[in-house]
Amino acid sequence: MVSIRPLPIPTPNSEPFWNGLANHQVNLQQCNDCGAWVFYPRSHCNGCLSPNLTWRKVAGNGTLYTYTVARRPTAPQFIDETPQLIAVVELNEGVRLNSVMVNVLPEALFIGMPVKPVFHQQDSATLLYFEPA
Amino acid sequence: MGLKGSAAISGVADYKNVRKYTGKRKFFLEQWAELTQMALADAGLSKHDVDGLCCAAIPESAMFAPATIAEYLGLQVNFAETVDLGGASSVSMIWRAAAAIEMGICEAVVCAAPGLPIPSNPNPLPKDPSRVYGSTSAKWGSPQAEYDVPYGNVAQNAGYALIAQRYAATYGYDERALAKIAVDQRTNAQGNPKAVFFGEPITIDDVLQSKMIADPLHILEIVMPCAGGSAVVVVSERLAKKCQHRPVYVTGFGERLTTRSVTYADDMTVSPVGPAAASAFAMSGKKPKDVDVLEAYDCYTITVLLTIEDSGFCHKGEGITFVKENGLTFNGSFPVNTHGGQLGAGQAAGMAGGMSQPVEGVRQIMGRANGRQVDNCNAALITGTGGIMSEQSAIILEGA
Repeated sequence: MVSIRPLPIPTPNSEPFWNGLANHQVNLQQCNDCGAWVFYPRSHCNGCLSPNLTWRKVAGNGTLYTYTVARRPTAPQFIDETPQLIAVVELNEGVRLNSVMVNVLPEALFIGMPVKPVFHQQDSATLLYFEPA
Repeated sequence: MGLKGSAAISGVADYKNVRKYTGKRKFFLEQWAELTQMALADAGLSKHDVDGLCCAAIPESAMFAPATIAEYLGLQVNFAETVDLGGASSVSMIWRAAAAIEMGICEAVVCAAPGLPIPSNPNPLPKDPSRVYGSTSAKWGSPQAEYDVPYGNVAQNAGYALIAQRYAATYGYDERALAKIAVDQRTNAQGNPKAVFFGEPITIDDVLQSKMIADPLHILEIVMPCAGGSAVVVVSERLAKKCQHRPVYVTGFGERLTTRSVTYADDMTVSPVGPAAASAFAMSGKKPKDVDVLEAYDCYTITVLLTIEDSGFCHKGEGITFVKENGLTFNGSFPVNTHGGQLGAGQAAGMAGGMSQPVEGVRQIMGRANGRQVDNCNAALITGTGGIMSEQSAIILEGA
């Protein structure tokens, strides 16, 4: 069975994030009222529920919060990508996101590793991967 | 605050867990009828005593599950609830039933979780493409569809592996201690003929030499899916005293939900069972040292480790030492998952895996856990875990 990699389908709330990645920049929302950074994109701040959020361009640098080396595909759609270097990255702004580590050997990964963004073109979408900084 | 502790579990029922089910396939409605009949017979009650039910989703009806079940069983109930908390659903059904009974709106509530295969549909529907990632939602607008699925962080194994890796980096790790959890529970399964691994004990080396699925999780640290199913009957004090077994009172509960995706947890190594268990203990007036057995939701070895720590049986970060210093078998110093747990007895489909822990806790307190009975078992902590430590619940069970 040929499986197609699942791609994100932006929503009205998330378009600035995905459009940013397509232009090789990382856009995050920040709350005008409490100052919290918000990820993933939302209609309201998950710190204080204010609807007053502003999109800001950030560097996208951070550290590896945790990772796993998935030696069996997590779903058939990822069968060509084993082992998958599934990562959770904490950006310098404090928010965490799911990602994939690239340009690194599995055994070189460590929690706390400084990382920087890689704008990974996957079919019609640009995904936010990371590599060692 | 909370329960007085006057509602009790008075009957239980379960199917034998099997990996390759070859028996008659049954709809969940049929299983509901069968499990209810068995659990009521166990309690010594009749169908006419039942005036409440708690269920999880059923494949026959996407909505209106409780009314569909009530109609099929010929029940008229004053209390009905569909609980949507994944692997925590069963434990959460039981405290809801106990609370409804204490409020006086019902006297006998059936909580059931079928998990046998259903008959093959002669006119199969096309597979729903938004459900191809198991419990991970791929529906448009779901945050998981947008921020988990495209990166391959789908289903359960990766999420629990991420937790275990973070735990290891924070507190240190000993893979032999984690493996010992699976081994001790497998030893318990040798006293449970309904376990899928009955007759198949394992060693720590077996676990560590088993296939690595997602670092640091070996396949023998991950539940074995199987067919099964179970049910309990929760009753008022009045009915409990009429029943044939020792009543098992529900004296405390707690529940905590945080995130759908563990990526966004405040601290991935601190699980929501902490506040849930603290609530349950406070309500019951018990302390961790008063518990004779822990029946902990055990989708993975790391789940058990975090449940031991966060429920207060040892300090945070000392779970590995605790596991190494205690026997987790039914005759050990700290019995855990005396039926084998889902690691040793199998994880029955649907939401049934999470009903196995309360059923076992009841059997232990009733003194009916032949072949694996804990001596003088009077109090148990039972936990449920849904999603990737998304939601957890806890109940304290006590013998009369």
